[in-house]
Amino acid sequence: MKTTLIIFLLLGLLFGSCSEPLREKVEQLTFAELEPLLNRENDTVYVVNFWATWCKPCVEELPAFEKVNMEYGSRAVKVLLVSLDFPSRYQDQLLPFIESHAIKTEVLHLTDVNANDWIDKVDPTWSGAIPATIIFKGSNRSFYEQKLSYQELVQIIENKL
Amino acid sequence: MRKLLIVFSLLAAGIVQAGGYEIGDKAADFRLKNVDGKMVSLSDYGGARGFVVIFTCNECPYAIAYEDRIIQLDKRYKDRGYPVIAINPNDPEVQPADSYGRMQQKSREKGFTFPYLYDEELTTYATYGATKTPHVFLLQKEGDALVVKYIGTIDDNYADASAVREAYLANAVEALIAGNDPNPATTKAIGCSVKKK
Repeated sequence: MKTTLIIFLLLGLLFGSCSEPLREKVEQLTFAELEPLLNRENDTVYVVNFWATWCKPCVEELPAFEKVNMEYGSRAVKVLLVSLDFPSRYQDQLLPFIESHAIKTEVLHLTDVNANDWIDKVDPTWSGAIPATIIFKGSNRSFYEQKLSYQELVQIIENKL
Repeated sequence: MRKLLIVFSLLAAGIVQAGGYEIGDKAADFRLKNVDGKMVSLSDYGGARGFVVIFTCNECPYAIAYEDRIIQLDKRYKDRGYPVIAINPNDPEVQPADSYGRMQQKSREKGFTFPYLYDEELTTYATYGATKTPHVFLLQKEGDALVVKYIGTIDDNYADASAVREAYLANAVEALIAGNDPNPATTKAIGCSVKKK
């Protein structure tokens, strides 16, 4: 009985798809540190979503990004969730949210409060409302100041691949 | 047909713009319900030299972070001719926290010194081009017109009022008082998207 349990446990660990070690920290960045990640010259399609734990439409669309992250993991697609949660809420809001929602996609915490300096550098058409997503492959860039569905994400990504 | 004519003439008068206002545009007046039940229009303020129109709401963390500063701005500038006029652009059917009742509660609890108006038809924010909360449109009376002189955010640090280095909106109002144009005339900030169907 105990051996069977152990075998099942090991099998579970082995075949747990899309599982990663529970995150204890999320990297915090200034915009200067984030900027290179928004300007890559390679063949990967980058999907960078700007969100926050308190932003209802942002939270509603997260499962779509998670699904894309899981399904396109083996292809040249990289998903990044850039949180704009207040810097002071890193410990008591952002980290608990990521844990309770079991977010597997990479999350970065942008702590640069003077957004006037960098909003235009993400995209000059961005008014600053979230959710907002930029999807790019090299210089082929598309920006969406809106909530995106899974179908919309897939269509945009497939068009860029 | 008549509606078309009205829209066309408003467009021609430069008052209705597709996509919202830009600096230099003439802003439209409105007639919206205040939290005290009375209707408010900019034309009610015969003595004002301009208006600090701020689209804001009850629950957005950015709006909340700026509440005290908005009260201070109103106290500082209303007697110098530039009162704050706050407007809630959100549809309470999409976001119940932004209902009229909750607006009244907010105004009462925070001690708002300015009108906090309910955009019942959900058109004013679209006319102005407000895309999020908070979103500021500073207007100045020039003859019969209300001209848009500054669009954007309140200052450069939503998180810490004591660490603000550039008080964009206050500087803009000071510029108008001194007879100059605001510089910068437009700024951007992160905010909560306007909640609409």
